[in-house]
Order: sequence, then structure tokens, then C-alpha cells
Amino acid sequence: MAAQVELFLQTLISGFLLGGLYALIGLGMALIMGVMRIINLAHGDLMMVAMYVAYWLFTLFHIDPYLSVFVATPLLFFLGVGLQKFLINPVMKVESILPHNQVILTVGIGMILANLATVFFTSNYRSTPVSYASKAWYLTDFWKNAPIELSLSAPWSLSFLAAVIITVALWFFLTKTDTGKSIRATAQDIDAALLMGVNVGVMRAVTFGIGAALVGGAGCLFIPIYYLYPSLGKQFTNVGFVITVLGGMGSTEGAIIGGVILGIFESMTATYLGMGWAPVGRFLIFVAALVFLPGGVASILRKQRLGK
Amino acid sequence: MKKFMPPIILAVLCFLPLVGLSSYAMHILVLVIMWSIIGMGWNLLGGYCGQVSFGHAAFFGMGAYSSGLLYYHFGISGWWGLLVSIPVLTITSLVIGFICLRLRGAYFALATLALGEVLRVTAENLVKFTQGDLGILIKQRTWVEKTWYFYVILLLAAGSFLLVKKVMESKLGYYFVAIREDQDAANSLGINTTLYKTIALCLSGVLTGMAGAFYMNYMGYIDPTTVFPLYDISIVTVMVVMVGGVATYWGPVIGALIMVFLAEVIRSMPKIGAAHQTLFGILLIFIIIFLPNGIVGDFRKITGLFKPRGALK
Amino acid sequence: MSLLQIQHVSKRFGGLAALTDVSYSVEKGKILGLIGPNGAGKTTLFNVVNGFYPPTKGEVLFKEERISHLQPYQICKRGVGRTFQVVRPLQRMTVLDNVIASAFLRAKDKAGAERIALDALQFTGLYDDRSLVSKSLPLGKRKKLEIARALATQPEMLLLDESFAGLNPFEQNELIDIIRKVKAKGITIMIIEHHMKVIMSLSDQVVVLNYGEKIAEGTPKEIGNNPLVIEAYLGEAERA
Repeated sequence: MAAQVELFLQTLISGFLLGGLYALIGLGMALIMGVMRIINLAHGDLMMVAMYVAYWLFTLFHIDPYLSVFVATPLLFFLGVGLQKFLINPVMKVESILPHNQVILTVGIGMILANLATVFFTSNYRSTPVSYASKAWYLTDFWKNAPIELSLSAPWSLSFLAAVIITVALWFFLTKTDTGKSIRATAQDIDAALLMGVNVGVMRAVTFGIGAALVGGAGCLFIPIYYLYPSLGKQFTNVGFVITVLGGMGSTEGAIIGGVILGIFESMTATYLGMGWAPVGRFLIFVAALVFLPGGVASILRKQRLGK
Repeated sequence: MKKFMPPIILAVLCFLPLVGLSSYAMHILVLVIMWSIIGMGWNLLGGYCGQVSFGHAAFFGMGAYSSGLLYYHFGISGWWGLLVSIPVLTITSLVIGFICLRLRGAYFALATLALGEVLRVTAENLVKFTQGDLGILIKQRTWVEKTWYFYVILLLAAGSFLLVKKVMESKLGYYFVAIREDQDAANSLGINTTLYKTIALCLSGVLTGMAGAFYMNYMGYIDPTTVFPLYDISIVTVMVVMVGGVATYWGPVIGALIMVFLAEVIRSMPKIGAAHQTLFGILLIFIIIFLPNGIVGDFRKITGLFKPRGALK
Repeated sequence: MSLLQIQHVSKRFGGLAALTDVSYSVEKGKILGLIGPNGAGKTTLFNVVNGFYPPTKGEVLFKEERISHLQPYQICKRGVGRTFQVVRPLQRMTVLDNVIASAFLRAKDKAGAERIALDALQFTGLYDDRSLVSKSLPLGKRKKLEIARALATQPEMLLLDESFAGLNPFEQNELIDIIRKVKAKGITIMIIEHHMKVIMSLSDQVVVLNYGEKIAEGTPKEIGNNPLVIEAYLGEAERA
């Protein structure tokens, strides 16, 4: 019995920590979705780029992955702005039969990034063996007679903490700065934002940049606890859009909650059904959200605010 | 003149093997024709009915596995898969349609993408049923020569072309395009949008699945990553139609021709071969920005031959 | 006899009441004008009648049959056609193909659909434009195309949502003639309109909505003299 409880709680903890990191991936995608109304299917590949940045900084210059956040996020920001300005934006003006050309375009971008990474860095699995990789805190360290044993991995906790800090920083940016307020206005109502004098074109580029920077940050936080290979982006793109749908298209609060839900759910599937089934669990939650909760978590939040 | 194009091209293709092409050339031809069928299937759903799918690998893989599993579990010829794939894919499409078709636009695309991935992971994990990553091997190939494979796939392609043409000239075709242009308007004009989207999905799924069943028999080996991949099947399918021309009869054929040749040329170049997805990606971006209606679609515009005669062009 | 009965219809979106307890009926063969300031709930009411939204409370009856639980295509099949405020012709189809697509509802084959479609085009004066691509049409003709498409479903009742918005006086008069001809065919019409001149000259009966509630109903003349209406609607129009 105790072993069962232990396993369950341990799974819950790691799911929660994973969820915090997932939230960061989902946040970037939700922001882009909110402002540009497109799903960025190159999201995970942008994360992969950031992970390679962190990897090479660690391997060549012994820079700690957590410090490379400060290098990778600005880099990804400019990459995102560039992609939006020179590729995605021109397509918004092209008239075509299918309305999803921008989404297909992001698929193309993702394909190129993943393939270039294979060409330059081979498809070998890589990781950053940081000195504190296996450090952990145990429940029995603090409570000698604890009936069960739980552990808290140091790099996981550190990554989670950093994700929370980045999220809070984003929240300050969106609510306290003029640029942030303009982004939120654009997400709510483009026409109204235009009338208020918001430069929607610039906001789109900035938003795409921020989305890329966020997922880039997530990449740096992931690499100490994960491994890296060129096609890993696809999996995290999936994570991102599952969270975006689960949270409610374009809702940032929803994305955070959606990320945590997904993290816990995936941990549970991995523990109780086996690692291989985790992607199936992810998609089951995705389909269930689409079918039963089309507005996502955000629609529940909104209802509560209206007192209904 | 235009009316005689399909029979003329068909006749030319029928005589092609008699010229004595190399086995490699025949292989390329078979691939081009197979991809044309997949493209036609996708075009029916995506191009005409406006329901863009990012998960056609699901149908292709289901078709391939219907064939492969029949052979593996019952020891009967994999060719039965061509027939069996019809009901299997109809059922698959109905299930996928039930889940995904209530969603619109990008949501639908994402849901199909997700289901394609689910099927791949399922095929990988149901080891007892599918052999998982080991894949399925047909030990004895039906024919050594490629000629008969060529005729089988050519027959399938001619049938698919005819089917698409007949469908698009009928009430179904008008309804598909009406749904693509505006679902709400179509709905209030008396069109049961869910029903007709489901029909488009079933037709699309069956065509793609039959191509998959053929692939199993032709290649003699499948595994989850060769028949359910996101990029190499689902996205390439989208590319075949986009490059050739969305919502055109010949678009998928032209697109398949270009994509297969391009893939072969790129793969044969020693240094660049590994970068084929990069080049595909660049081509995709180029097409989206400069030729959004594909080569067939924008060809008319370029040459000034574009006379709007109907929505079904 | 009343063809369409709207009975105590309410529609809420989340906490927002778009319609509150609206009741009235439309007599067979008559034109009913639905007016009210912006945001009064007119289009919402159309969407309820047309089947896009189920009413939160109340019912809609067409020919004594409850239709408020049906889908739009089913309601159309029972004989209610509609046009949209924002014109939505099937952009990349020709004018004729557009109308054929909706004519299939009552036709056995393509030839039959084409016959119905050509009739509808002749009726609305678009026959000569039949082979043009719809998106190349000017606004006035697109509005007519909307009506032609709805007519091709051979409705007993037609819902027209702001068919006159954006038209010049000449086009307005053409459209008034078409609507009179539609009425002469025995088709009942419910029309949302901002142009008071149009409403007053066309309607047999007028219903006024304000903040989702029915505030008045009567002949055009009665409505013109109703102080409540003048305050809510005409007053606003004058100010604007």
C-alpha cells in the first residue's frame, strides 16, 4: 500500500514539475495563437535550436545551461521576429484557396530547422552532463520517520523554478508595459487595437519573437534533464498545441493550467501504462479537450468570472 | 481537345513499359502514379471540400497495414488488402470524421495530425498484432518485374481520376466546394455539412488507403515509421497537391511527378542527399509565397488562359 | 394564418442576454420588417430562427411544427431560406454554379438544378452575369446573388438580413422591386433593415427590438407614431 502511494505521489511530483516546463512551451504558442490566429507548427523546432545553442555553449565553453537562457532567449527572439517578418507575414497577404497556408508554412520552417540540425550536428543523441545532474533531496532527509520515501531532483526543481520566474516576468511584461498591453489588445480585438493606434504589424512580429524566446528558454531548462536530437522538436510542437487547445486557444492562463494538466497526465500514463504510450495519452487528452471542452480551460475560467 | 487528354495520356502510359525502360525508371513511374492517387485523395478532401488534413499518413498506413496484416495473420495474398482496405478505410474515416469533423479549419488539421501520430504510436506498441518496429515483410513478392505493378497502379490511378472527376461534376462536387467556401452559408442553403464532409473524408481515405495497400505489396516491407510518418507521408501529400495545384484535376499528378523526381534527384546527390527535407521545405515556402494555387492553378493565370468557367476547375 | 411563430424566445450568451422573451408571428404571404438599433438582437433572432443558435428558452414554430431544435440545413429543407448581413457568396464559383449548388436541394439531377438556378437568376436580373466569378461582382449584384441563392432552395419563407446596406438609391429601388416580386410569388418575408424608407414602404407589419426585447409591434404607420420607438430607435437615427 505504502509503495503504491509512494509511486503515485512521486509520479504526481514529477508530473507537476514537467507541467511547469510544458506551460512555458504552451505559453509561447498560445501568445502566437492569440495575436496571429495561427498555430506555429515550428514551435518545437525553435526549442530544438535553443537546446543546441545551450548544448554547444556547455560543451565548448562550459557555460551552465541555466546561464545560457540569457543567450538563447534573445537569439530566439530575433530568429522569431525574422521568421515572422520575412516569411509568415508576406504569406498573410497572398490570396489562396486554402486558408491554412501560414500553418503549412510553419511546417516547412520546422522541417528545414530539423533537417539542418541533422546535417550539421548529425542525428546523435546529446546531453549536457552537469555536475548536479543526479543531485536530489529526499523526504527522509527532512523527516526521519516518514512512512514513505519521496525524492525531488535538483535539476528538475531548478528548471521548474526558472520556468516560474520566466512566467512571472512574462506576466509583468504583458500587464505592466505598453508593448505588453498592446499585444494583449491585439489578441483581444485586432480592429479595436488598430483604432487605438496599435501598430499591429509590429506587434505580430514582436509576439512571434516572444513566443520563440519563451520556447527557447524552455529548451535551455529542458537540456539539463533531457537529451537532445534534431527531430525532437516535433514532439514538443505536439505538446505545445495540445496545451494550447487544452487551455483554450490563445489564453495565457489557460496555457499554464493546460501545461500542468498535461504534465501530470503524461507522467501518469508513463508510470502506469509504459513510456511508449505517453504520446497516445497526450493525444487522447487533446481529442477529449477538442470534443468535450472546445473553449478549453479558459472557457471555464471565464464562466467563473461571470459568476455562472 | 481537353476532353481527350486523359485517355491519350492513359494510352501513352499503357505502352510505356513496352519501350523497355530500366527497372529503376519503372520504379520511379510507379512511385509517381502512387503519389498521384494519394494526392487525388487528399485533394478531394482538402482542395475541393476545404478540410485540410495533416494526417493522411493515417489512411496510407491503415491501408498498408490492412494488406500486411492479412498476409501476416492469415497467410493470404497481400493483394486482398486492396479490397479489404475499402471497408477498413471507410470505418477508419467514419471514426476520424466523428472525432475531427466537428472541428473547423486549423483545429481539424491539428486533430488529423494528432490521429496520424496516434496510429503510428499504436502500431509501434501493439507488438503482438503488428510486430511493432520489426515491421511486416512479405517474403515472396508476386512479380519480379515491375511491369505488372505498374499496370496495377495505373489502373488504380485511372479509376481514381475518373472517380474524382465524376464526383466533382455531380451534386457532391458542388456541395464540397460550397462547404469549402463558406460552411455557415452552405448549411443555411440546405446542405448537411457534416454528412458531406464525412463523404469527402471517406472517399479521400479510401483512395489513400488503397495506395497504401498497393505500397505494401509493391515494396514488400512496412513498419510504423515508413507508413505513418508525419513529414515523409502526411506533409509530402500536402506538398504534392500544393505544388501541383489545389482543387485541380491534374494538380496531384503534376505535383507527384515533380515531388518524386525532385526527391530522387536530391537523394542521388551525395552531399545534398541528407538535406532533402530542407530543400522540400524551401520548395514548400516558395510555392506558398509565389504560386499559392500551384503549378496547374497558377499556370492558367500566367499564360492568360484562365477563363473562369466553373468552380470545379 | 401565421406561417412562423416565435414564442417567448430568449437567448443568452454566457451571462449576456441577447434576446429576452420575444414573441410574435409572421402571417403567410406578408412582409414583416424587423427593426431596432445596433445590437438590439435582430441578427441573433435570425440565427435562432435559422437554426444557428438553439434558443435558451422558448420555441420557434414553422407551419405549426417546432423547428427550434433543428439544424440550419434541416430548417432550410422545410422551407426557410436566408441571406446574410455580410454577403457570403461562394467566392470562387461562378454566379450560375453558386445558385446551382443551392438548387440541388429540390432537384433530382444536375439538369433540373440548372433549370431552377437559371430561373432564379432571371428573376433577380443576374442572368447575363451568370458566367462571372462571384467575387468579381459589385456589391449590389452580390446582394442579388444572395437572394437568388436563397430563392433557388424554393423557400416558403425568406429571411433577409440587411440586404440594402451599402447600396446606392438606384440599386435600392431595383431590390425593392425584386422583393415585391418575391412577395407576389406568395413567399413570406421577414426582413431586417436600417433604411426606414425601405421598411416603411415594404412592410405589412413591423416589429421593433431594443436591448433584446420586443418594444413594439404594428403597422408601419403605428410604429412611426409610437413614442417608445421614436425614443429608442428613430431618436438614435436622428442623432447619428
